[in-house]
Amino acid sequence: MLNKTFGLAIAATVATVAFSGQALARDQIRIVGSSTVFPFSTAVAEAFGSNGSFKTPVVESTGSGGGLKLFCAGDDMNTPDITNSSRRIKKSEVETCAKNGVTEITEVKIGYDGIVLANSKDTKPLELTKKQIFMALAKQVPIDGKLVDNPYKTWSDIDPSLPNVKIEVLGPPPTSGTRDAFVELAMEGGAKEFDLLTELKKSDKKAFKSAAHSIREDGAYIEAGENDNLIVQKLEANKDAVGIFGFSFLDQNSDKLQGSLVGGVEPTFENIADGQYGISRSLFFYVKDTHVGQVPGIQEFIAEFTSEKAFGEFGYLTEKGLIPLTDAEREKVRTDALALAPLKLM
Amino acid sequence: MTEQTQDTAGSNWNSEKFTKGLAKRKRAEVRFRRIGLLAILTALTLLAILLFSIFSKGYTAFVQTYVTLDITFSEEVIDRNGTRDPEELRLANYAKLVQNALRAKFPEVTSRRDLRALFSLVSNDAADTLRDMVADDPDLIGRTVPVSLLAGDDVDMVTKGYIDRAAVEDDRRVKDRELAWLDILEADGDISLRFNRGFFTNGDSREPEKAGIAGAMVGSLYTLVITMLIAFPIGVMTAIYLEEFAPRNRFNDLIEVNINNLAAVPSIVFGLLGLAIFLNVAHLPRSAPLVGGLTLALMTLPTIIIAARAAIRAVPDSIRHAALGLGASKQQAAFHHILPLSMPGILTGTIIGLSQALGETAPLLMIGMVAFIADIPGSINDPATVMPVQIFLWADSPERAFVEKTSGAIMVLLGFLILMNALAIFLRRKFERRW
Repeated sequence: MLNKTFGLAIAATVATVAFSGQALARDQIRIVGSSTVFPFSTAVAEAFGSNGSFKTPVVESTGSGGGLKLFCAGDDMNTPDITNSSRRIKKSEVETCAKNGVTEITEVKIGYDGIVLANSKDTKPLELTKKQIFMALAKQVPIDGKLVDNPYKTWSDIDPSLPNVKIEVLGPPPTSGTRDAFVELAMEGGAKEFDLLTELKKSDKKAFKSAAHSIREDGAYIEAGENDNLIVQKLEANKDAVGIFGFSFLDQNSDKLQGSLVGGVEPTFENIADGQYGISRSLFFYVKDTHVGQVPGIQEFIAEFTSEKAFGEFGYLTEKGLIPLTDAEREKVRTDALALAPLKLM
Repeated sequence: MTEQTQDTAGSNWNSEKFTKGLAKRKRAEVRFRRIGLLAILTALTLLAILLFSIFSKGYTAFVQTYVTLDITFSEEVIDRNGTRDPEELRLANYAKLVQNALRAKFPEVTSRRDLRALFSLVSNDAADTLRDMVADDPDLIGRTVPVSLLAGDDVDMVTKGYIDRAAVEDDRRVKDRELAWLDILEADGDISLRFNRGFFTNGDSREPEKAGIAGAMVGSLYTLVITMLIAFPIGVMTAIYLEEFAPRNRFNDLIEVNINNLAAVPSIVFGLLGLAIFLNVAHLPRSAPLVGGLTLALMTLPTIIIAARAAIRAVPDSIRHAALGLGASKQQAAFHHILPLSMPGILTGTIIGLSQALGETAPLLMIGMVAFIADIPGSINDPATVMPVQIFLWADSPERAFVEKTSGAIMVLLGFLILMNALAIFLRRKFERRW
């Protein structure tokens, strides 16, 4: 008796498995990609779904690189329709895409995200320059015309105007898009202010990159995982520590944390939007054009994302911490996106 | 016994050496007991701290702030043509009704920016509430009734005391003018805390006040049912075969070693296996509970096999011999006598394996179940997520109000785990036979 039930159960499951293997057509948009764009993408997905005409898209947070890998894996219905990215698609990724039959891609730039250095409100805000950020975090720094292992232990070692506390920075691990952008914008920006390194850049690009992009591993920089809330909690507990994360987390925790000034500019909504704040990046999503028309709602989803009520100056995405594009940029992005303009890499 | 007498036979019971040795041994025993007690106390303290921090943050997730407003279901706004056509009523702009009510309550607010702040006092879920009310009872149109609407997440945080009113205005997410509005509403008795039903009936949402765990609970249920349907029969059959039928040889020893090893393999590896087999080869739908269940079944199988084998081994040989002696075949002995007798132990093992699967996220990451999914899954092929994944996603969200939702979801998950483990203990106590 018991055996028969088991047998039936197995047979039923096997039948479902076999059946669902054939059901390839989809009526639900699938989105993958960056964890930074995830909060914005999900907000749009929800608003799009609650209109009632289409199913709510499924949004996975896989990281920018992971998302593009899935996106470029092929053209069939088992691959995602849209991938979010906190950086532009790379040439190599476009090539991988093309090799797997994904040739028509539309790029949609949705806005900016600032990367902030922040500490607890119980202490004074830091006033840093990119050069000082580099000196505090690089694995090797130029001293007396040579690259040596980073000797700085306290902030005041770098510059007497900075507080005499141990350098202790909590930041994202190398798999994170935030880390990529931070290294590229802040660290590389700081590295360029050293003559030794600018010369190195001219003579040996690779060596410059490895010098500028290497973060110290002697305990002063602590990889705190992808969870930015965790960094926020640790900063509350330890007022000497400094954290690196996206602007939206500073925005949500403005009662506990303060952003450090970089180059004299405070990380505020306005300063990031008009480009004064130096460590900010663009956010994108990429659409697989061949899926438009096959999966219902993609066009409408793009329209929702690029509508004024979403990514506009007072749209609901700005409430989630997205920093909007300028009026003219938005207009252009909207027209291009709705026309599914093909991707152009410069 | 005899050894001891021999040992002590030659020694003097009252000698100094003996008393010293005895005292030393007693001290060692006391020391060991104290260390053991200390270890247990430490573990209990840590558990208490963990539970306290979860419960103190999480209990507020089960109530939610509501704002009561006098809503005028004006015909002009929602049914301009006066047709009462359900389709037209469905698409009408109900947010406008809420906005009108707020404007009527605070006529002094006029600037665009201030109005935006004012409107955000009430969740955008309010429009849906009003739509449902009108759909249920179209006679409401043209009347003015007080309606309790879900408050925005910032308002909710203020009423629950998570936002410090004394802090400098710049440091607060909720500004002075919003607090002033809230105070007026509060004074009029329009703000109330109620049981948060939505938490158990809604799917995921990016708006903390609307977010619920129903989608994740249904996803977990589907996933576990699949896991059980696959892992339980296969696990039990394997155990019976290995214990009752398999000859003792090199090959079977190898299988046994492998099963024991598999039980210790990190769960993410099963996720990779699931990705490779079920998604890339079998082309099953991504993010579906079907694939999640199959993957978790792979993970749970070794646990069930080991538990089932232990239970089968515990059935005394006399039962087997008696059955065979009365002419039963080996199969009849196994299925009619040994399996029923070992069932309590097998079930206990299975439930423990399943509760492990219930708490698992890592393997699901690889097969796309770590995703934002707003719709509650309707079948095992719909995209779904599970409870621990929901907890992970909320813990990662920037909005402050998700902190309590995270802890609330953990409490629900813990509740389910305790229930399952209690069931395992109950089954063992009730049906287990001692030989």
